[in-house]
Formats: sequence, structure tokens, C-alpha cells
Amino acid sequence: MSTTAGTTASPTGLADPDELDLRLPVSYLADGHSVRSWLLTTDHKRIAILYAITITVFFFIGGAAATLVRLELATPEADVLRADTYNKLFTLHGVVMVWFFLIPSIPNTLGNFLVPLMIGARDVAYPKLNLISWYLNLGGGLLAVAALLAGGVDTGWTFYVPYSTVFSNTWVSLTVLGVFTTGFSSIATGVNFIGTVHLLRAPGMTWFRLPLFVWAMYTTSLMFVLATPVLAVTLLLVFAERTFGLPIFDPARGGDPILFQHLFWFYSHPAVYIMVLPAMGVVSELITCFSRRKVFGYTFMVYALVAIAVIGFFTWGHHMFTSGMSPYAALVFSFLSFIVAVPSAIKVFNWTGTLYRGQVGFESPMLYALGFVGLFTLGGLTGLFLASIPVDVHVQDTYFVVAHFHYIMVGASVSAYFGGLHFWWPKITGRTYPETWARFAAILMFFGFNLTFFPQFIAGYLGMPRRYHVYPPEFQIWNVLSSAGAAVLAAAYLMPLGYLTWSLLFGERAGNNPWDASGLEWRTSSPPPRRNFFGSPRVQGGPYNYHPEGVAPVHDQPRLPSRGSLT
Amino acid sequence: MSRVEIEARLREPWSELETDPGTAFARQRDGATLGIWIFLASEVLFFGALFLTYTAARLAHPEAFAAAGRETNIVYGTLNTAILLTSSLTMAVASQAAETGLFRRLTLRCLAATAALGLAFLVVKGFEYREDIEKHLVPGAHFALDRGPAQIFFAFYWLVTVVHAIHLSIGIVLVVRLTVKGWRDPDILAENPQVEVTALYWHLVDLVWVFLYPMLYLPGRSG
Repeated sequence: MSTTAGTTASPTGLADPDELDLRLPVSYLADGHSVRSWLLTTDHKRIAILYAITITVFFFIGGAAATLVRLELATPEADVLRADTYNKLFTLHGVVMVWFFLIPSIPNTLGNFLVPLMIGARDVAYPKLNLISWYLNLGGGLLAVAALLAGGVDTGWTFYVPYSTVFSNTWVSLTVLGVFTTGFSSIATGVNFIGTVHLLRAPGMTWFRLPLFVWAMYTTSLMFVLATPVLAVTLLLVFAERTFGLPIFDPARGGDPILFQHLFWFYSHPAVYIMVLPAMGVVSELITCFSRRKVFGYTFMVYALVAIAVIGFFTWGHHMFTSGMSPYAALVFSFLSFIVAVPSAIKVFNWTGTLYRGQVGFESPMLYALGFVGLFTLGGLTGLFLASIPVDVHVQDTYFVVAHFHYIMVGASVSAYFGGLHFWWPKITGRTYPETWARFAAILMFFGFNLTFFPQFIAGYLGMPRRYHVYPPEFQIWNVLSSAGAAVLAAAYLMPLGYLTWSLLFGERAGNNPWDASGLEWRTSSPPPRRNFFGSPRVQGGPYNYHPEGVAPVHDQPRLPSRGSLT
Repeated sequence: MSRVEIEARLREPWSELETDPGTAFARQRDGATLGIWIFLASEVLFFGALFLTYTAARLAHPEAFAAAGRETNIVYGTLNTAILLTSSLTMAVASQAAETGLFRRLTLRCLAATAALGLAFLVVKGFEYREDIEKHLVPGAHFALDRGPAQIFFAFYWLVTVVHAIHLSIGIVLVVRLTVKGWRDPDILAENPQVEVTALYWHLVDLVWVFLYPMLYLPGRSG
């Protein structure tokens, strides 16, 4: 507290600037303003901000490529782009969006910021490794962008051999090196989160009191650590074959290109779950908060996350049903792909169960979360079509597949990312954003997304193949709808960039807990101080303390506020 | 160690745990060990994918792999296996000696021996590479063996030995770093988790070689 000497010296008692100083630590944002204090920081919150800036840049690079692709596809003829430019653009879109936006999106921004806060820790377990991880991600991204500026890559994001190794005359090696580098950033993040959750939980924060977002980050980290090295090897083999002429996959010398596909999808199928498990974690937090109910079936939500992470490692073969694999292998992969839908369905049922008779509010993060549930359900159900071998053979390499994975990766994951961004924005920045604009953007995003990708299901089912810049005229109606939707979607993605930037400069100061939410991250100031908490957090109960244990939902009453602190 | 010494060695975020310094130091140690084990799990998948690639190619072309395997120099390969296994012994002794905190000179000597054995491995590997290049065992237009799949064997040989040598070089740098630190300040290695972390990494690199030796040097040589 301020010294009394100062007060007595001043006749009014208010002239002393120290009098109202409570000696609270400054927020992490005010703790150093130099460029150095940002670029060499080991504060998990600042590293989260660094990641947020880089992935936003990559999101708009990838989005610009998609815009050109959709522009070209508005008519059946080639009018804007030549064939090879088109190939380079969809490759750029895929590579940038998958490895430099989606994979790091939720884990490295929201995850980095929130995991230590949610478990009551001061930082992640290995703060320097955390910073190195950002530099690896940035370095990899710069290599990939350098390849783009040098002339681009035309292999598609999957780098299938032998095209990528023997035939393509584009900048494959440089791009592969970029993705290889960024892979180490994923591994570093995975090691960090696993170590943090194991060793730095606050007293009383037992495993089954962890918020579901932390569980989602933990299971995602397991996949980061165990799947990414396989991608690293696969890309290394492609790089060695192109650069040093070491023919591992060359069919002319007895190599097996199908082996490449097995290795690639051993990483890239779990990668889909790396993109969607964090989204599930975010949405679990949002739905429980805005329906004022405990998460329905918390333990099953945890088991479902773990089950998805484990089974997700054994379904990669469903990407290769038409590659000539043994029918018995195809049968097993098909069966496992159906099985992995079970824990996903459990999660959808439990989110719905959480809403049941809850006091549901439609604040902007909740609109994103509800959008997620709908789009994830549609994307998941069409995944069952693709897990079924006869249907998959029919729609292989068509827009049906494109629509399916965009429903999961864009519809679901990006919606959840925006939902989480809006939910934790007051905590991260200490500012509130204009809620009306945010709701409008959320609704626009949902409709723009469906307008873009639902027509692609139909075009694909009718037989329109992916990866061509020209197509038969009978598919034009679906492509015009899709391109129109893409314009709406682009507007919806640009809006948060505008109003969130506005809120940084002019937004009202946010309270410590603007949503009356129950997590530990709301038990500190907004934005939090460098050391996260003022005292030492101790946890005395389970998460989602929105109503007493076992109490039936109350309806026809005003919304219950949160019951306050757990600590 | 005294309380002051322990506090001097605590790093963030372990220095901010609300426990006594001894407990915090033990947690920091657990953190270092857990972190390296998770990383090693990742490395196992990395090399596992390479071994899988090798297995698939060898199953498809057993004769070409046997013929190509006979071209590798088993003398160099066996010598290097012996060198690397011995280095794991010295590394293990260094790690255990550091943990007790009593045998400071032994720790230092064993670390230096480990780094020297690692360098010896690289030197032998260098001689072997020179011979391989002279025998035209590099895949490409001048490849000595006529069979196509034999090139896949040697593609694998080059790739995996170079990747292993890079891992080993990183290990040597880490061991030399500890040696220099320990030489400057004899107390610093006692109970220092960095020794165990380096040792675990070193043993993994050694273990990978234990797999590589039969895969690269023994095909075609039995019976």
C-alpha cells in the first residue's frame, strides 16, 4: 500500500500519485514495450500473441490463393488462370492453410495462452523451448513463402510421389524443407504441453478436474509428438530423392510410391484430429458457459478425446481405398473409420445434452460454437459416406471429398477458433469488442460457409473431379453458388480483422470475468500479469461450477450467474 | 547442496512453485527427464518410419538387398558398433557418477571419453564413406551394382547413416558442452539433470545404431 508519509505531506490527501497505487503487478502486455521484450520473451502469453500474428498473416495468404481459385471456377472455361498457375495456387492454399494456419491455430495461440492459466501454473514447463517453437514455425513459413515467391509448387499439398520426386519442375524441395522445419515446432509444442499438464498443475487440480480444453490440448500434443516425426521422415525422403538422387520411392528402380502414401497419411490423418480436437476443446468451454450448465458427461467427454486420439492413428488407409490396397486391409480401415465416428458422436450428443434445458444465451462466441456443432455433424456424417468403400470409390477425388474435409477443417475448426478468440479476447487483450458486429460476423460466416461448400457436395456426388481449372458446363450452377458463397465467407473473415483491431484501440476495458465463466483463467486480471495469478491458486472442485452438483435444470427463470470462484 | 545453491539452479517456471526449494528442484529434475522421454518417443517414431520403409523395400527385393548388403564394409561397421557401445558405457557411468554428486573427476573423465568415442565413430564413418564413394556405391548414373533395387538399399544406407551421424554430432556437441561446463566449475555437474538428459539422448542414438548394424552390414552375409 502507499506510504502514509506522502499523504500527510499533501494538504488535500489526493495529490500523492502513489496513494491509489495498490502495487498490483502490471499486465503481461505492459511488462516491457521494446521489440526485444517481445522477440526474446519466454512468457507463454506473449508467445501466443506472436503466434496469433503469424498465423493471421498465413491465413490471409492462404485465403488469397483460395479466392483466386474460386474466381477461376466461376466459369467452366479457363479465364483468369492458366492450368499450371491454378495448380500452384491450390497447392499454396493447401500447404499454407494446413501447416501454417490450421495446425498451429488453436494449440499455439489459445492453447499457449490458456493451458498454464487453466491449470493454475505460472508458465509452460519449458519456456525457452516454447519460444524456439515459434521461431521454427516462422522459419518454416518463410521457406514456404520463399518457394511461393520463387515460382510456386504444383504437387498439391500431399506431395505425392513419383510426381513430386521425378516429374515436377517446381520448388518442391524448398517447400518440403519449410514443412519439415515447422514440424519441429509442432513437436516442441507437444512436448511442452505434455510436460506442463503433467508437472505444473496447481494443488488440487487433479486430472479429472482439468477443463476439457486442457484435455483436448493434451491429447492433441500426444498426436503432435507421435505423428509429426513420421511426416518429417516422409518429407526427408522426398527431399533426399529430389536433391541427392537417393531413389527410395522411384518405381523405375523398384521403389514403391504407395509406401509414400502410407507414410504420408500415417501423419496426415492424425493431423485432421490435430486440427479438430482443439476445436472440440474450445467448443466444450463455450457451450457450458453460455448454457449455464455443467458439461453433460464430463468423464465421457475426456474418454472420447482420448479414444479419438488413439483410434485416429489407425484409420489412415481410408485415404487410399482406390490405390490397389488389399481388400482385407481396406475392410479393416473402413471398419476403424466407422469406429472413430463413435467418440465423435458421443461428443455431439454431450454438447446437445449440455444445452438441454440450459439457460442458453446467444452471445457471439456461442453463435460460433453452435455453428461448429452443426457443421461438424454434417462433416462427420459425410465422413461416414467416405469410410464406406463403395461410396468412396464412387466419389474418390471429387468435390464431395473437398466439401467433406472443408466442413471439418474450415467449418468446424475455424468456427471454433473464432469462437474461442471472441470468448477469450477480453482476457487476452483486456478490451471488449462490439458484440453486434461479432454476432453478425458469426452468422454471416455460417451462411457463407454453407453456401460455399454445400454445393460442392452435390457437384462432387454428380462427378465433378477436384484439382481442375476447367470443368464440364453442367457443373457451373454449383460452382457459381460456391464462388458466391466464397465472397460472403471472405467478407465474414475480414470483419473480425476490422472490429477486433478497432477494439484493441478503442474498445472498452473488460472486467476480469465478463462472461461469468467458471475457469481458473477468469480468476485473474484482464489481461493477466506476467506471473498469471496474484496469489497461489488452489483448486477445490471440479470444472464448470455453473450450478450445484446434481441439480436439475431450472427453466422459465432469469439466467443464473456463475457461482464464482473455485479457488 | 545448500539452499542457496539450489535456489541458484532453479529456472523458470520451477523457481516460482510455491514449495520449498528442494521440492521445486526435484520437480525441475522430473521436468527435464519427462521432457526428454517425450522427445525420445517422437524420435522412435522418426526412426521407426525409416525402419518400416527399409523393411518394406527389403521384403520386396530380398536378393538385391542381400547382394547390396555384401558390398558394405563389415570391418568398419563392426568397429563402429564396438565404439558406440563403449561410449554408451562411459556415458552411463558419467550420468550415474553425476547423480551421486561424489565422483566429480570420474564424471568429467567419462564425459570426455564419451565425446572422444563419438568423434572416433565419425572418423571411422568418414573412412568408410571414402571407400564407398571410391567403390561407386552412391546411387545414380555411375552406380557399381547393376540391379535397380540395390540402389534403393544404398539410398537407404546413405540417408540413414547421415541422419544418424547428424544425431550423433548433436550428441557430441551436448557432451562437450557439459564437459567444458564441468571443467570450469567442478560442482556444476553434481545432481544436474542436464547430464541425465544428455545421457538418455546419447543412448537413443546408440540404440538406433544397434538396429542399423544388422540392417546395413549383415544382409547376405549369413550362411
